[in-house]
Amino acid sequence: MAITFTLNGKPETVDVSPEMPLLWVLRDTLNMTGTKFGCGMALCGACTVHINGEATRSCITQISSVAGKKVTTIEGLSADGTHPVQQAWIAEDVPQCGYCQSGQIMSAVALLAKKSSPTDADIDDAMSGNICRCGTYQRIRKAIHRAATMQTGKATSAA
Amino acid sequence: MTTASVLNRRDFLKTGASAGAALVVGFHLSPAALAASAADQEKKPANPFTAWVRITPDNQVTLILGKSEMGQGVMTALPMILAEELYLDWKQVRIEQAPTNPAIYEHGTGGSGSVAGSWTPLRQAGAAAREMLITAAAQHWNVNRDTCKPKDGGVLHGARKEFLPYGQLVEAAAKLPVPDFNTVPLKNSNDFTIVGHDHNRFEARAKSTGTAKFGIDARPDGLVYAVIARCPVFGGKPAKFDATKAKAVSGVRDVLSIDPVAQGAFTTGGVVVIADNSWAAMQGRRALDITWDEGPHVSESSESLRKQFLENASKPGKVVRNDGDTDATLAAATGAKKVDIAYEIPFAAHACMEPMNCTVHIRTDGAEAWVPTQAPQWAQDIIVGVSKLPPESVVVHTTLMGGGFGRRYQADFVMEAAQVAKAIGNKPVMVLWTREDDLQHDFYRPASYHHMQGVVDEHGNLAAWKHFQTSTSIAAVWDKDGAEKPEASEFATAAFIPYHTKNYRIEYTLAKSGVPRAWWRSVEHSSSGFVVESFIDELAAAAGADPLEFRLRAIGDDRKIPDFTNPKEGKPLDTARQKAVLKLAAEKAGWGKPLPAGIYRGIAGYFSFESYTAGVAEVSVKDGQVKVHRIVYAVDCGRPVNPNGIAAQVEGAAIYGVSAFLKDAITIDRGRVAQSNFNDYQMPRINETPKIEVHVVNSTEEPTGIGEPGLPVIAPAVCNAIFAGTGKRIRRLPIRGEDLA
Repeated sequence: MAITFTLNGKPETVDVSPEMPLLWVLRDTLNMTGTKFGCGMALCGACTVHINGEATRSCITQISSVAGKKVTTIEGLSADGTHPVQQAWIAEDVPQCGYCQSGQIMSAVALLAKKSSPTDADIDDAMSGNICRCGTYQRIRKAIHRAATMQTGKATSAA
Repeated sequence: MTTASVLNRRDFLKTGASAGAALVVGFHLSPAALAASAADQEKKPANPFTAWVRITPDNQVTLILGKSEMGQGVMTALPMILAEELYLDWKQVRIEQAPTNPAIYEHGTGGSGSVAGSWTPLRQAGAAAREMLITAAAQHWNVNRDTCKPKDGGVLHGARKEFLPYGQLVEAAAKLPVPDFNTVPLKNSNDFTIVGHDHNRFEARAKSTGTAKFGIDARPDGLVYAVIARCPVFGGKPAKFDATKAKAVSGVRDVLSIDPVAQGAFTTGGVVVIADNSWAAMQGRRALDITWDEGPHVSESSESLRKQFLENASKPGKVVRNDGDTDATLAAATGAKKVDIAYEIPFAAHACMEPMNCTVHIRTDGAEAWVPTQAPQWAQDIIVGVSKLPPESVVVHTTLMGGGFGRRYQADFVMEAAQVAKAIGNKPVMVLWTREDDLQHDFYRPASYHHMQGVVDEHGNLAAWKHFQTSTSIAAVWDKDGAEKPEASEFATAAFIPYHTKNYRIEYTLAKSGVPRAWWRSVEHSSSGFVVESFIDELAAAAGADPLEFRLRAIGDDRKIPDFTNPKEGKPLDTARQKAVLKLAAEKAGWGKPLPAGIYRGIAGYFSFESYTAGVAEVSVKDGQVKVHRIVYAVDCGRPVNPNGIAAQVEGAAIYGVSAFLKDAITIDRGRVAQSNFNDYQMPRINETPKIEVHVVNSTEEPTGIGEPGLPVIAPAVCNAIFAGTGKRIRRLPIRGEDLA
């Protein structure tokens, strides 16, 4: 069944089983491997993408439900890794193994879109669905605060 | 476990089933001994321009990484060592993963041994390359060699004010004789500009943009995907299966079965569903109709194992160490000065974020594989064995790993993929594990039971220490008879502690289990650290002493304690360094100073992987829940190569340790694992993360391990803090609400 949606700003059509989760459409049908498989049950957040701007677990999102919607993956966040959250991640040297970080970054970007200067409690609320087995949480927290400063700084200078 | 078997480690690795024995040996070796054995085999070091550094005429420098990156930072720390000796501009350096080549690379990555074992060989290789480049420049200018100096990726002739970038020298340099590694001049450590300075991870950008390629991201042309139905009971196998419904699932291409491989790779065999994509393969697996032969371990459970532990503990074990007369001292002691208790530790799973996977393509003329592995050479050997192809035609790409923690030092996932690739013929196939597969078919941190007895004398000094341990050991997994040799066992390290007593006895009894066991981050030290550092705290309380002061007194004089488990090759425990990290952590944490109401403090120190750690934890306990607020670490891992990377490893080990005492428990029911995914095998999350401070000792000793040593102190530091605040001793992990009540 052909399903059309917007992927990272461009129209995309796939012809797959309608129940197939978006995660596997991205990874196996479209070979976009930046989005990761961790648990298959929305328990770890490694597969987080944005659907119409909302952080969503792609491992339990049937492709049929995505028809007509806007999907953003880690690959679509910036052309060259210059999204403030990515820059903050690099500056704070967040990743260790790095496997969960696509999902962490997508959750963090969604958080900052809603709250430009999140508190530690906001970060706990928004990020506790994302597991990092390497234990980079302390640096994730610092990087989110850093990105918030970068973004609000930019907004100020632009105003 | 002889020296001879150590020196033949590579030969072991070549012979499939016996590879396990060699790996066990490897894990008990000190990194320095591993490096030495590697050096013995490499009679003549490879030309550094073949092995370690590639420079193009346009001056692009690529350093080769001979270890596997699983998050522990070797992709940054090891090339830093080469770059230092080569006087390179770090920002200009590229890094590439080495191919498998047993003549050059000691590829196995584990035991916190990469920086420690590579430190001298990489310095020598970098220095040799640099000296060859200098000679080439002197010959080019026809000047005295002593007038040429390396600088910023080239050679400078001061008097002539001329500079030649390495790119213009490399062709001539690579043809020069390779200097003797034993005499090649190494850079003075006072001149280090890279080593000892904070560096961010080389691949941080790739890992922040989704472009980093893990094993699971391999996408060779024509790739098909497979999942395997394995018997949920350890040691079981399919008796019969009907694939009719599975084959009817859209996208499923084929269903076949593979045989178990009992010794070495330790695979269970199973029914393989091959499909156009991962999801179709998983749907196909659900549709299989399989009757299992559940094998000999179906009656095992956590309860039956505990019964076995208690029965073993009721009898004397095999004596591993016996100083003085411990039993007589215990018998003579009375009252509060005697402590007699037991600790219990469960199985734990690695739970790498990237589930196990392996991609193999076996053609008629060669093979290619993409393997997230800590043991690429073993992976190549397995594919050679299965495919019957010559080794030189089997290419193994060591990919980035989404976590390793010891799990990826196994080769079960490689063996399965090789078997499937061989069966389907000339088609690349990824065997993918789901999270359920990963948690239920792991090689677990052994479960163990420790009966501890100790005495403090009338002066408050340690008078006797008796440690009886019964456990499901790792070494017994690899022994073809399932036997255990306590003197060589990973558990004998509990017999190597910094505390001094004349009466010291260690006994051990092997517990039988069908559950596979292997190296879990910090291996035996995750158990020994909890037991030893909880028990010394109990003895401090019995003596009425401050826990820090009692530890320092029990450690005693500055001295070097020989490595009981490996007296010939292991580094001794330097008590001065152990005391120094205890004092440093205590000082930075404000030990002895008042805390806010409801916050309690505990301390632990530990020596593992030749490194010294101490941690002070601040915790609170409310409504049967423990919250860790702050952990202050002091670590001495010799000369810090990348202090930022060291801090990251210790921060990570702290969270892995928090996981171990708050969450991790694999339980066994009817011969199988009761947990299946992150809903019932939980991980600490960001809201449970304490503030972690890491103070790294600026040592000038040889570098030692850091991937694992941060872990063992966490559980005891936290549990000792719980005691300090509540008077409750935690003697079984993970912490349960009822033990706090």
